Amino acid sequence: MKEQFTWEKIVGAVLMLFSVTALVILLLIMLFILDGGLPLFNKVSVFDFLLGDKWMPAKGLFGASQFIIAALLVTFGAVLISVPLGISCAIFLAEIAPPWAKSIVRPAIDLMAGIPSIIYGVFALIVIVNLVRVAFNVASGETILAASIILAIMILPIIISISQDSIESVPKLYKEGSYALGATDWQTIRRVLVPAAGPGIIAGIILAMGRAIGETMAVVLVIGNVEKMPSGLLSPGETLTSAILLEMGEAVVKSTQYNALFCLGLVPFILVLIMSILSSRLITKSKGRFA
Amino acid sequence: MLSKTTDRLAKIWLWMSALAIILILLSVLGYIFINGIGIMSVSFLLDMPKNNWREGGILPAILGSLIVVFVALAFAAPVGVGTAVYLTEFRKEGLVTRIIRISSDALNAVPSIVFGLFGLSLFVFYLKDYTGGPSLLSAGLTLGFMILPTIIRTSEVAMRGVPYAERMESFGLGASKLQTIKNIVLPGAVPGIATGLILSIGRAVGETAPIIFMVALNPTVPKSLFGSGNTLTTQLYYLAMEGISMKVAFGTALTLMLVILTLNAITRVFKKRLSRNLRRG
Repeated sequence: MKEQFTWEKIVGAVLMLFSVTALVILLLIMLFILDGGLPLFNKVSVFDFLLGDKWMPAKGLFGASQFIIAALLVTFGAVLISVPLGISCAIFLAEIAPPWAKSIVRPAIDLMAGIPSIIYGVFALIVIVNLVRVAFNVASGETILAASIILAIMILPIIISISQDSIESVPKLYKEGSYALGATDWQTIRRVLVPAAGPGIIAGIILAMGRAIGETMAVVLVIGNVEKMPSGLLSPGETLTSAILLEMGEAVVKSTQYNALFCLGLVPFILVLIMSILSSRLITKSKGRFA
Repeated sequence: MLSKTTDRLAKIWLWMSALAIILILLSVLGYIFINGIGIMSVSFLLDMPKNNWREGGILPAILGSLIVVFVALAFAAPVGVGTAVYLTEFRKEGLVTRIIRISSDALNAVPSIVFGLFGLSLFVFYLKDYTGGPSLLSAGLTLGFMILPTIIRTSEVAMRGVPYAERMESFGLGASKLQTIKNIVLPGAVPGIATGLILSIGRAVGETAPIIFMVALNPTVPKSLFGSGNTLTTQLYYLAMEGISMKVAFGTALTLMLVILTLNAITRVFKKRLSRNLRRG
């Protein structure tokens, strides 16, 4: 009996070590990204980095604003396209889909979430870029819009899954009340279910935005990668993530350019962490309301 | 009457939205399939690349992908499942479990390119003497860090799914905590844990950005963990981005796609078995 007890303690201690690994890795990531990035601010002010629009490593200019603007444009474009379609599909799955339709659409969405971003990128590189070129009659389809469209497709599964979850967790009572008042299915969906599921749906959208702003591979293949302030959805651009990917190869270790690229990584890192905290709080809150 | 018409129109719109999503998925899959199937053959999978990837096969990339996924799992599977055991069996809900869960969620949210920067600075520069710099080991460990949260979460859900009563029965029969974990909790959670592991394999095999700074376009068969290598995803990126050979790029994409489809099919079998078990219990 005594021997068993000691074993239990040893195993418990080992497992505790395992459990803190996630925390340790997270702290190490923060440490190494800050350590790689912060030396930039000995040479360039934070102000010049965030608001400057000239990125010329050879001349010591590291203004990242065009990357930030491009990343935000791409993300908002993606959300704008994805949200109406995603929420409609979530309503479909939660409320009106017969079992056979559910058994086709649900696995399809799971599969969509599992397709690697580089595959979406290769698809977009030819299909979506050409679609944009022909549809808007522009010289090259490699634009912010093309990146938004492929990102919209990639974030659909997140928006659908979380919205479906929150619509399904609205208590039956709400729905029955609405029907008892003589409302149709659609009236019930629009006036009762969607508003009640609102916080959860917004949480899903925030999470999807985080995913979009951090995405690299699909974007870099279709956005044109021009280091200039984008003038609109139909102009080419370069995002924070694609700039890191394209320039890291030529950056000398610990050079100012190397530091600057780590700072470019710091921006989506911080944004994504804030977004994920926000969305998980919203999800807990929205579930708590009905409990 | 008007509300009835609106109701019908709205339902048509909802059906169309679901149909649109199926069509999007089919067009992505179909596009890769149609463009990749021409070059696909056994020798494409098992031959060495020739003439700077314009001809020949993609064996080095397949081996490289297998190795990095193996390294990632060798790290993340024990640590992830162990964490889940600790969270469900050893620790009451409280500050400690909250911190572990929050850090796992935060880790899950870190953008893939940030993992790339981290892997570059930690494994390629800082731990160079142990990892061989830009090696398959460095790439695999970086992927292992990335899939850890998925394994923790899915394993935890699986273990919580094992009924409390079964643990109590086991204790009642005089079994110790360790015996109960080994004989009751882990076996009961196997389908769920396996699903999580397969999900993670799919994620690891499909990621590009975290390992792009560690894995170069390399035409040789990887010789050791500490040597440089090539994976399906990074090869696909270079071939497509630099326009080296779209034909081989599509062949690589199709290979990757088939791996993902196979993994997806396996998880669905597990899920079915899982729900059958739940119904029985």
